[in-house]
Amino acid sequence: MSEPGPRLPDPRMIPPMREAVAVPSAQQPTAGNDAEQDPSDAALADATLVRPFLVTGGRTRPLRDGLRIETMVSALPAALSAPLRFELRRIVELCQSPHSVAEVAVRLEVPLGVVRVLIADLVSSGYVTCTESAEIPIDVIERIRDRVRAL
Amino acid sequence: MFGRSKRASTPLAVKIVISGGFGVGKTTFVGAISEIEPLVTEADLTEVSVGIDDLTGVDGKTTTTVALDFGRITLDDSLWLYLFGTPGQDRFAFLWDDLVDGALGAVVLVDTRRIEDCFASLDYFEEHGTPLLLAVNRFEHTRRFELDEVREALGVGVEVPIVECDARDRESVKRVLVELVEQVLAKRLSRVALPQ
Repeated sequence: MSEPGPRLPDPRMIPPMREAVAVPSAQQPTAGNDAEQDPSDAALADATLVRPFLVTGGRTRPLRDGLRIETMVSALPAALSAPLRFELRRIVELCQSPHSVAEVAVRLEVPLGVVRVLIADLVSSGYVTCTESAEIPIDVIERIRDRVRAL
Repeated sequence: MFGRSKRASTPLAVKIVISGGFGVGKTTFVGAISEIEPLVTEADLTEVSVGIDDLTGVDGKTTTTVALDFGRITLDDSLWLYLFGTPGQDRFAFLWDDLVDGALGAVVLVDTRRIEDCFASLDYFEEHGTPLLLAVNRFEHTRRFELDEVREALGVGVEVPIVECDARDRESVKRVLVELVEQVLAKRLSRVALPQ
């Protein structure tokens, strides 16, 4: 009979953001395990165990509309020293260079709906700014055409 | 709405939607021109797993994954173009509105072996008034159809442009995108020309 190892927390309960430090050494993949389970699959499985709107305090509606998936988000440098909780801090750090809402969602591994609520909160408190969701002017469309052609 | 937003360093981002049936080459198309690896999240898995994956017991999975498939092109310092592939499965239908809202236009990729696969995309964009262009993706060793035949099979009028492309080829993808933007421009200019 094989010796049962120490009772470890279910790795699926560890939030994905902390997996790098939180996975116990006994759970480290060996060479054999690598082939069976891709680490990104594991991260994906972990993510499913976190209630997505936990980080928004249960709110599913952003404080403002107009955040499209391609809306660009820029954080002010001063926001880095603001007392922000984990997810908001990550957004502020990431958006020191402009990122789209979609990219923020992918990088934080959270659903779009959640990321919208978080970004809208940051806009409201003045830590980040977003591009306008206005109709694209004709001269911009012409510029797109010319630039794509010249790629 | 976001009045404080005009920072010179933040580029304007415009998006184009790349659509069509499963396996028609959407991710390939995006990858041929994107400067970042197409960021594919769950779209891959879900499209392949239609009717195979048993999703019972993983309730809530759809709400915890991102399910986006997109690429990016920096056109210049202040103008970025995003290409978003549409997810293929019904359970991501809620994403379509987000993808299409504010989109410059849509490319619908067509595989002549499974022409009916693109009907859902066509219907959606026509319903939403999204400027669109049909691009017949040429697969090797398949019979080549005249574009007019494809148009007839799809039941679309002459106002919808239809072109041939090779989703693996950057130049071909560029031509499709330029053609779409021309179509958007023509639509916009005709609207402007209308008497108020």
